[in-house]
Amino acid sequence: MPQYILLLHEAPSDFSNFSPEETQQIIGEYVAWRSKIQAEGKYVGSNKLKDEGGRHVSIRNGKARVVDGPYAEAKEVMGGYFLINGSNYDEAVETSKGCPHLKYNGWIEVREIDPVK
Amino acid sequence: MGKRPHSPFRTIRMASQSSDQINQSVDHLFRHRAGQMIATLTRIFGIERLDQVEDAVQDAMVRALRLWPYQGAPDNPSAWLIQVAKNRMLDQLRRDCRLTETTDEIEVPDGGEDSAAFANEIRDDQLRMIFTCCHPLVPEDGQIALTLKTVGGFSVSEIARAFLARESSVSKTIVRAKQRLREFEIKLEMPAPDKLPARLESALKVVYLMFNEGYSALEGEELVRTDLCHEAIRLCELLAGHPVTGAPKVHALAALLLFQAARLTARCDAAGELLLLSEQDRSLWDSAMVKRGLYQLRRSACGDEVSDYHLEAEIASCHTLAESFETTDWPRVLDCYEELLKRKPSPVVALNRIVALAKARGVEAGLVELNKLAEDRTLRNYYPYYAALGELLREVGNSSEAIDAYQKALNLTSSEPIRRFLMKRIASL
Repeated sequence: MPQYILLLHEAPSDFSNFSPEETQQIIGEYVAWRSKIQAEGKYVGSNKLKDEGGRHVSIRNGKARVVDGPYAEAKEVMGGYFLINGSNYDEAVETSKGCPHLKYNGWIEVREIDPVK
Repeated sequence: MGKRPHSPFRTIRMASQSSDQINQSVDHLFRHRAGQMIATLTRIFGIERLDQVEDAVQDAMVRALRLWPYQGAPDNPSAWLIQVAKNRMLDQLRRDCRLTETTDEIEVPDGGEDSAAFANEIRDDQLRMIFTCCHPLVPEDGQIALTLKTVGGFSVSEIARAFLARESSVSKTIVRAKQRLREFEIKLEMPAPDKLPARLESALKVVYLMFNEGYSALEGEELVRTDLCHEAIRLCELLAGHPVTGAPKVHALAALLLFQAARLTARCDAAGELLLLSEQDRSLWDSAMVKRGLYQLRRSACGDEVSDYHLEAEIASCHTLAESFETTDWPRVLDCYEELLKRKPSPVVALNRIVALAKARGVEAGLVELNKLAEDRTLRNYYPYYAALGELLREVGNSSEAIDAYQKALNLTSSEPIRRFLMKRIASL
């Protein structure tokens, strides 16, 4: 079965104005979505990435060059990813549509894993 | 977080266990934790850093919101949240260069232990915070808003919705209240024994007003208003449960609030229309809450003091414990109102007394007294007076005057649920 990665893009500032009550409720929505795709056998794994922008590594004149990735607090970041099973793009997209991320101003990039065989 | 071996993908079993923890967690877990964290961290870092503490707690909430969806909640969500908030505070303090590396030694209770001592510590932190927010030098509206924000974990937007106020004005109220705390150097501490009675009185008044705000207004967002009532009860039970603050009148107020709140669930019919006490389905009343009310009522009788709250609690108990509207102990209700009226004469208490009197001694007697009360100018614009008049006239079969009275009431209120109720009454005559 093909696998897809859902890259969750967001502006961190969108999350800063919720009350504790709303925070609990929104986490509950994500958890419910994840439990649902787990139950459907679609969930493979997920992780949050740190916001600090990471490092960009390249070779310049035969030497490794490392620069800090771009990070500005107001900017959009890739918050994290979910790896899921899906029979085709349509199904993967359908799965991502249920993700509460979309409700809270985020957007999702769906990419198919390209396996060797 | 570092203790657990970290595989790129946590096992699904672990993830789903954590999800259950969040789903099954008590109602308002985050809201209550936010309040507790603010109280505890303010004790540690000082009331002068209240704003920073609130930001740190908010940051911890945001971090949970952005992280937990991917990896599930940690095994002990409360401990995790307070640890994150504490680290934010320490980072900021280091940046401010006011403290050196020794800040690592600042001990923050992590909620990990379930010991009674820890529960007591959390409770005491919250009590100190209540007394600080409800300090008599803070303006009254500020006392309520600040208590809701810092002890209750309510957001400005939630407070605004509960009070039908603008967010900007709630913010200003809170800013002013904090200015007062600074101006008068009000400390985060339990009041000294000689100041306790007055300070307790002030805190009880805030609890009482907070409850009424949620209970009596019939418009606005139902959910957040009910939350206001429950928060008032939580604070009151907190005060009642402490050996120093658990005076008989605190128990009396707790009993009053519990008896009133027990009936919240039955106040409207299926269509959301308002129901009078006589029309409510008593089987819908919250019996667990009534039980808690009875417990508090018993404890309120421990001293020889009879406060206004005692009288109000007794009235509420008569209503809530009666098997039916008809079998309510009206003479006792009437006695309590008469005593209340002697203590704090007000047209509102006077009106309630007459309603009880009409039940205890007959509608005619009630009407005579109501007409006497009409001389009170303050009641001229008070719709409940005309609504009560309409009810009594309707009961004696005087339809035309009843309609007149309902009509006057209708002209005096803009509350939609009440207007619909009055119009239904007029239509039935």
